[in-house]
Amino acid sequence: MSTVKQDTRLRDILGTSALRPDGVAKVMGSFSFSSDMWAENMLWGATLRSPHPYARIISIDTTAALLISGVSAVITAQDVPGKATYGLISADQPVFASEFVRYMGEPVAAVAADHPETCRRALAAIIVNYEVLTPVVDPELAMLATTEQIHPDGNLIRHQRIICGDPHISGNITVEGNYTIGMQDQAFLGLEAAMAFPDSGGNGVELHIATQWLHEDRGQIAACLKLPEDNVRLVLGGVGGAFGAREDISLQVHCCLLALRTGRPIKMQYSREESFFGHVHRHPAKIWMKHHATKEGKIVKVESRMVFDGGAYTSTSPAVLINGITHTQGPYQCDNAVVDGYAVRTNNPPCGAMRGFGVVQACFAHESQMDKLAQACGLSPVDVRLINAMHTGDKLITGQVMESVAPVERCIRETDAIPMPETLAPNANVLEFPGGSGRTADRHNIVRGIGWGVSMKNLMYSEGFDDYATARCTLSNGIASLKFATSEVGQGFVTLAPQIARSVLGVDDVVLETSDTQIGSAGSTSASRQTWMSGGAVDGACRLVRERLFEHVGKLHNIDPIRLMIEHTDVIDTIGTFRISVAEATQGITLSETFEHHHRKTEDLDANGQGNCHVAFAFVAHRAVVDVDVELGLVKVVQIATAQDVGRVLNPLSAIGQIEGGIAQGLGLAVMEEIIMDNGRVKNPSFTDYLLPTALDAPHVVAIMIEEAEPQAPLGAKGIGEPPCISVTPAIIAAIRAATGKALSRVPVRPQDICL
Amino acid sequence: MSESIGNEMYTLRINGQDRPVKDAWVGESLLYVLRERLELPGAKGACEQGECGSCTVLMDGDAVCSCLVMAATAIGADIVTVEGLIEKDPSMATTADVIASQITDVQQAFITEGGVQCGFCTPGLIVAVHHLLDKNSDPTELDVKESISGNICRCTGYGRIFAAVEAVVQVRKASR
Repeated sequence: MSTVKQDTRLRDILGTSALRPDGVAKVMGSFSFSSDMWAENMLWGATLRSPHPYARIISIDTTAALLISGVSAVITAQDVPGKATYGLISADQPVFASEFVRYMGEPVAAVAADHPETCRRALAAIIVNYEVLTPVVDPELAMLATTEQIHPDGNLIRHQRIICGDPHISGNITVEGNYTIGMQDQAFLGLEAAMAFPDSGGNGVELHIATQWLHEDRGQIAACLKLPEDNVRLVLGGVGGAFGAREDISLQVHCCLLALRTGRPIKMQYSREESFFGHVHRHPAKIWMKHHATKEGKIVKVESRMVFDGGAYTSTSPAVLINGITHTQGPYQCDNAVVDGYAVRTNNPPCGAMRGFGVVQACFAHESQMDKLAQACGLSPVDVRLINAMHTGDKLITGQVMESVAPVERCIRETDAIPMPETLAPNANVLEFPGGSGRTADRHNIVRGIGWGVSMKNLMYSEGFDDYATARCTLSNGIASLKFATSEVGQGFVTLAPQIARSVLGVDDVVLETSDTQIGSAGSTSASRQTWMSGGAVDGACRLVRERLFEHVGKLHNIDPIRLMIEHTDVIDTIGTFRISVAEATQGITLSETFEHHHRKTEDLDANGQGNCHVAFAFVAHRAVVDVDVELGLVKVVQIATAQDVGRVLNPLSAIGQIEGGIAQGLGLAVMEEIIMDNGRVKNPSFTDYLLPTALDAPHVVAIMIEEAEPQAPLGAKGIGEPPCISVTPAIIAAIRAATGKALSRVPVRPQDICL
Repeated sequence: MSESIGNEMYTLRINGQDRPVKDAWVGESLLYVLRERLELPGAKGACEQGECGSCTVLMDGDAVCSCLVMAATAIGADIVTVEGLIEKDPSMATTADVIASQITDVQQAFITEGGVQCGFCTPGLIVAVHHLLDKNSDPTELDVKESISGNICRCTGYGRIFAAVEAVVQVRKASR
């Protein structure tokens, strides 16, 4: 009887909609975000930033600031004891600018004081004498050798070609276009914040920080502080979203320096305005693309030239560029290609990681092209994509063979089968019209349009990088403890990890230990990689512990361990004569194992862009239905239909959350989100002027998850975070084109692009 | 606190209690005072302009952005923060289960319907949804969307948040 009960009891194992373990704290307001930290005797830190996009620093006078009552420290470049620069790929970004400031908002000095208002007054009292220079803001000009090089490393961050097949081949039909992608901000809600505690004696520091990758941060911080890495301990502070904006160093080094200088805990947190200057953005890009095809619409060759504006410092630009150019073909078969990609340094804000990482830009171009191709061949948007759909085993333009499950055709067909939304009712509420609560639209000017987007996205890091993940599992008295340095940024790894342990070990109680640098690296929470990588590490550690458990039980009960298995919460033997609960079997003993999960090796691209540079891929299709007020140029996205290749669904509730959330960000890029630049100056660093999708902008999402387990993936599951935000953007633009007949070659689409 | 900043002293009525505020600079926002002086960090700061709603609290029954209210002007107002929504006897809250059993139906629905990811917008949304349902027990889908359109969520795309509100409305209707 009790066995039957156990069989039917709902356990939060893999495949269930297990709930977030941090959910109760988050809804009660008691979850500790990094900005919620407070310490006895703490001081506030704040940063002085350049008002100019490009200038020479003649002098910095901190005397007056130091005289202000309540100010404990003012630091500049000369107070950095170690390496003066940091960076994810190339350490080319100064902790504080000393000779030149190269973008508006670049840090110049930092202060510690007793109150945020005292900090503000101290910053205002620092006198920086600048010789203002003419900024280099056009990447096309910047990359020329004749243009002033604004950094000792030069203005060209990276150039990479791809030449595949016959570069001279042509097709009966050619379509081409120039496409522009604006600068999008990650706009996480939880602003940059940290608290640094100095060790007594000043030989070390503990930093509580909202970040995507604790170990990478630690390496960069320790070098700047000139401290051994062991003396710099990082603890994950509660993270209020990330989306790529927490991969680079922001306030980490400043906060630690102030703590070491004052000997007191330092709290730093950015305002929204400062946040726009304090983290990297999505690269604005200009892309020319040309497709050659047969008259039946089959792609023969793709040509492209992509220019990514990297801004003043390298960040992840080289990797973003490679993602962009290696995804030129999209999820389509293509035997011949000529692609040139450039990542360029300018005096614009540094750009780096954001959800979709280079593929968003390429996808807007290739999907706009697919619609042009469809039109040129007299095909429907669906048919042109089906004719060209990629399959497992196809060779990519890099020469790499598509080894991942590639259900592109299924994604398209299943999306196509999703019912269309109702037409806009004659008596519809004005809130449902384009313009929403602005209540400006006229019913008679509203035209509906439908558009498509399909995409391919690489998973994990590329080009030979071993972004492994580490996890430790400890099993004792029926309770499993998991330790990893994986950053929970909202995606739900804290939900998934216990699900894995329950499935593998037959326990119900799982404790998550603090995420910090007291264990090996987990790699970054980015590149749709943590379910695969940290999930693989947790799974591996739990499996090792399970082996030890079977050895222990086998020895005690004289059973060959190979005959033991877990059934629900029991250890049983394969012939069903022996049964003991995991809780009972682990009374008084502790079994602990650590596991590192490494993905398969990848390699660099050669001079012609050939090489097995990516680990794996995921696919998705989007169909957008929009209503457009063609007079006012306003857009309402009515419905997004999507079928996404997920490998295996490990938590349906988490998965739909990723899909809907990603779609909203892709919608933002399509119709409203852009950091507007004017000669190196950011014009809209606030939520009043940088528009984000609200509840009234949210489309009705109808999602299908296509489950074809990925053999390479430890849990059969692909990463699902990035694909939702990639092809939804071109799908929405295609729908607006269908409604308006306008060419629309840039995102975001602005009202004037539609109605003028 | 340095002399130059000032040292105001006043009392605010928060979650049914009189809370003295000492040594404050008169320019401090209600959000700052709640978070940094009164140990009520539930309201979050994310835009300082009243655009994102993360700092939403109730003031005399109205949902307001506490980042836009100067704390010293809130004297005499009845303020409710997310911490005050819990029907609880704090002395009883000794285990996680007890705490969980004391959360409101709206809070529970946000968890079970997947309305929480990073959670930074959550406290503000919880307050906003309580405010909506107090005023309108049977809101239409558009009522819900409009009433929370001042609360930005960057993670969820709002779908699971709508589901959470809908779930609360249905349960409340059934129990009437």
